[in-house]
Amino acid sequence: MDLINLGIRSIFIDNMIFAYFLGMCSFLAISKKVKTAFGLGMAVVFVLGVTVPLNWLIQEHVLNPGALAWLGADFQTVDLGFLQFIVFISVIAAVVQLTEMVVEKFSPALYGTLGIFLPLIAVNCSVLGGALFMVGKNPPFTFAQATVYGLASGLGWMLAIVALAGVREKMKYSNVPAPLRGLGITFILVGLMSLGFLSFLGFSL
Amino acid sequence: MSEVAELVKEEKKSEPLFSKKNRKLLSNPLDADNPITVQVLGVCSALAVTTQMKPAFVMALALTVVTASSNLIISFMRNSIPSRIRIIVQLAVVSLWVIIVDQLLKAYVYDIWKQLSVFVGLIITNCIVMGRLEAYAMGNKPWPSFLDGIGNGLGYGLILLIVAFFRELFGGGSIFGFKVFEALGIQYQGNGLLLLPAGACVIVGLVIWIQRSINGYREAH
Repeated sequence: MDLINLGIRSIFIDNMIFAYFLGMCSFLAISKKVKTAFGLGMAVVFVLGVTVPLNWLIQEHVLNPGALAWLGADFQTVDLGFLQFIVFISVIAAVVQLTEMVVEKFSPALYGTLGIFLPLIAVNCSVLGGALFMVGKNPPFTFAQATVYGLASGLGWMLAIVALAGVREKMKYSNVPAPLRGLGITFILVGLMSLGFLSFLGFSL
Repeated sequence: MSEVAELVKEEKKSEPLFSKKNRKLLSNPLDADNPITVQVLGVCSALAVTTQMKPAFVMALALTVVTASSNLIISFMRNSIPSRIRIIVQLAVVSLWVIIVDQLLKAYVYDIWKQLSVFVGLIITNCIVMGRLEAYAMGNKPWPSFLDGIGNGLGYGLILLIVAFFRELFGGGSIFGFKVFEALGIQYQGNGLLLLPAGACVIVGLVIWIQRSINGYREAH
């Protein structure tokens, strides 16, 4: 029950886009068509779902103060916290690279639709952001919670980008003032959608 | 190594440090080539840290330092980076600088560091840094790359401060923490909407509208 609640919260209330603006760059650039938006969304769900629990393991067993105690008594006091950024980003880049290679090898069809987006995800802020938020949670997440959090945050991101792409497809038929076309009106749209998502506040199971 | 030294020497001979071309590198990103409103890079943090001017200012400073110094280093290494693994090399250099900046902020301006929370770390994946490394530093000499980094950092900072100005003034009734309306003797009830994510998006949209009405830049759809 606790996990379902966390999942719902991460999708609707703490939405990556509408509450924290994470991953806005690709969100704005690749939301012109629903189909491509969906492809990118799936890739983000997958990468977040894998890297957040992976980074949880690393944080718990390597980076936390005293976490290296399993190596022997000498390591009891070692605190590698300052290496957090570089370790997390390396894990993310490696997972993305690995996924790309595996997908290319075993499912060329999926690679065709997803392939171009995969390298982009390494530098999607929502992936690193998810890992950093996961560490900052109080009380600390368990492994199961971290997994659910990663997957649900990805789903929330996908929901947002598909919804925006849907609206933008219809925008073609409306008469927007010329200087506002493109980026300007998209920002205002995102603002209005984020207002809509506010109505989920205080929602719990 | 000698190759790099030669490049630097050659550059010193050929043009003064602040030639017209180099000054353009600094001024272009402020308006015509702005990282946020034209190149659409680095939007995430621009929206998230702008509820008040102070963190916005510190964030802009941090990003300028990181962009300029990573541009400089990548530009020095540009001929020896294999293109297949360039992304991870770039990420390593950028995260090195971000760690340094993060530790400095933590040591000297702890309150603001606390307020910026994960967003200092997120400079690593800030598209401005990566975008400029890919688009400029990988193909240009160190000094122009350094200036390009400074210019883009300033362009980013400019938008950040404009957005933060409106959000803090109308959302909280103050500027840089100074209570403007109270000092003028006016009763002002802060507009909470501007402090929400929604307000930030709408303000950025309006800034883009105004900028494009002035400089005539148009997008098809």
